[in-house]
Amino acid sequence: MGMGLIKVKDLIYEYIRRDEEGNVEGITTAVDDVSLDINQGDFVAVLGHNGSGKSTLAKHLNAILYPTEGTVWVDGKDTKDEKSVWDIRQTAGMVFQNPDNQIIGQIVEEDVGFGPENMGVPTKEIWERVEESLKAVGMYQFRKFSPNKLSGGQKQRVSIAGVIAMHPKCIVLDEPTAMLDPKGRKEVIRAVRALNDVERITVILITHYMEEVIYADKVYVMDKGKVTLQGTPREVFSEVDRLKELRLDVPQVTLLAHELEKEGFPMPKGVLTNQEFLEALDQCISEVG
Amino acid sequence: MLREITLGQYYQADSVIHRLDPRVKLGTTVLFIISLFVFDGIWGYAVAALFLALVIKLSKVPFRFMIKGMRSIVFLLSITVIFNLFLTPGEPLVQIWKFGITKEGLRLAVLLAIRLGFLIIGSSVMTLTTTPNQLTDGLEKMLKPLNRIKVPVHEIAMMMSIALRFIPILMEETDKIMKAQLARCADFESGNLIRKAKSLVPLLVPLFISAFRRANDLAMAMEARCYRGGEHRTKMKPLHYAGRDYIAYIIVVCYLVGGIAAGKLIPVLLSNILA
Repeated sequence: MGMGLIKVKDLIYEYIRRDEEGNVEGITTAVDDVSLDINQGDFVAVLGHNGSGKSTLAKHLNAILYPTEGTVWVDGKDTKDEKSVWDIRQTAGMVFQNPDNQIIGQIVEEDVGFGPENMGVPTKEIWERVEESLKAVGMYQFRKFSPNKLSGGQKQRVSIAGVIAMHPKCIVLDEPTAMLDPKGRKEVIRAVRALNDVERITVILITHYMEEVIYADKVYVMDKGKVTLQGTPREVFSEVDRLKELRLDVPQVTLLAHELEKEGFPMPKGVLTNQEFLEALDQCISEVG
Repeated sequence: MLREITLGQYYQADSVIHRLDPRVKLGTTVLFIISLFVFDGIWGYAVAALFLALVIKLSKVPFRFMIKGMRSIVFLLSITVIFNLFLTPGEPLVQIWKFGITKEGLRLAVLLAIRLGFLIIGSSVMTLTTTPNQLTDGLEKMLKPLNRIKVPVHEIAMMMSIALRFIPILMEETDKIMKAQLARCADFESGNLIRKAKSLVPLLVPLFISAFRRANDLAMAMEARCYRGGEHRTKMKPLHYAGRDYIAYIIVVCYLVGGIAAGKLIPVLLSNILA
């Protein structure tokens, strides 16, 4: 197999901090020597605490930020190459944190049509794309609504539809649930998983909620600009103590299983769901007798 | 308190006027305003009144609703009328203390009242029957020729429609900041005008900061969705003239010709008959 859909090699990104007169105060390395390789159809999660550099990394995948050092390839194209900027932005769509600040249209359907309009898609096809994208996120019945009348979770689903309408190979979601209530969070994650399962769209989910990453194929944990842990969710969640050090909350069942194991019960490492926990507990009880 | 302000008020109804292309409505409004200054004499204005009445009837917007929106302008209108009435020199009619009403003054005041009144009603018919979105679309398409002299028409239209989208969001935000400041004993109500203005500072500063932050986010989100100005852009809802739009244009031309002719011919005819 050749190169993956997204390949990041030795990426370094530095912010220059300036004081009020514009003098350089110092340099913050937001992303420090990160390498990733993401294949078509993957569901990848990037976890990290505030200021870990995960959002900065996300913005490189859509050519909003350019690397200080290192290279980012999206579908074989270097993001530093100015000629391919629009191709890259179409290949890797992006959903941001604040639902209010990314909806441009005054009516739901108009907002979803905004991306295709920009790409120069013919009118008839725009309508087809809008319909199919709104149906994919379960927002078709709201197509004539004003975005101001929707809940946070619904607004984020509209934003996701707006990206899908551009027919991307990959969508990058930069903390899409950070400003939502638990119900809205569930709605959005369910929509994202459906896209990955049904439409085979590559998903890169940036988040600090641990429950959202258990369905991912691969998890990267970032801290101070570096990738400190990576692997399947099970592998990552096996390192409970390491995650606690990074001030990340482990899902409650994982934590409980970990504590039981520490007390000497034969529990497996990296229990992720309630179901798994129950099975493991049954096993454990029959073993211990 | 802030929710009650309605901008670009639109009256939802299903009428011919509502269905017309926004360009027709914009064009007609401009022509109607010009006609008010071109027509002279009572007969020209009679034609204008007839035309306006017809359009209002067709629009299915209740006349009372239209008048309600005009209340704030009545004050302005009466000031202009009063100034014209008393301060125009000419043949005196009535003398009240130092101020006299002249024949010319009376004529000018009546003319002005009619012109301004019709102008305001005419343009409010347009805003009442056209959604802000259609309006910006129509403006963009109409002003497109100005692109050649480097006027960023698409960008202006885009700014207008984004502004319209963010009005309710910023209103809500103002409300929130206001409540937050009130909770910390800010006083927006008492004191004279200067004190009141000063008390707005803690409201406006956070509002501006947040507006700039939103603008920054929005610009990034637009670029991420491949926005790069008006070139190569297609439209989801393009504007197309239909049969009724051409008919409307013909009616407007008839109105203009009819109004000018009535203003010039009817007085001549009348004087011939009387003589």
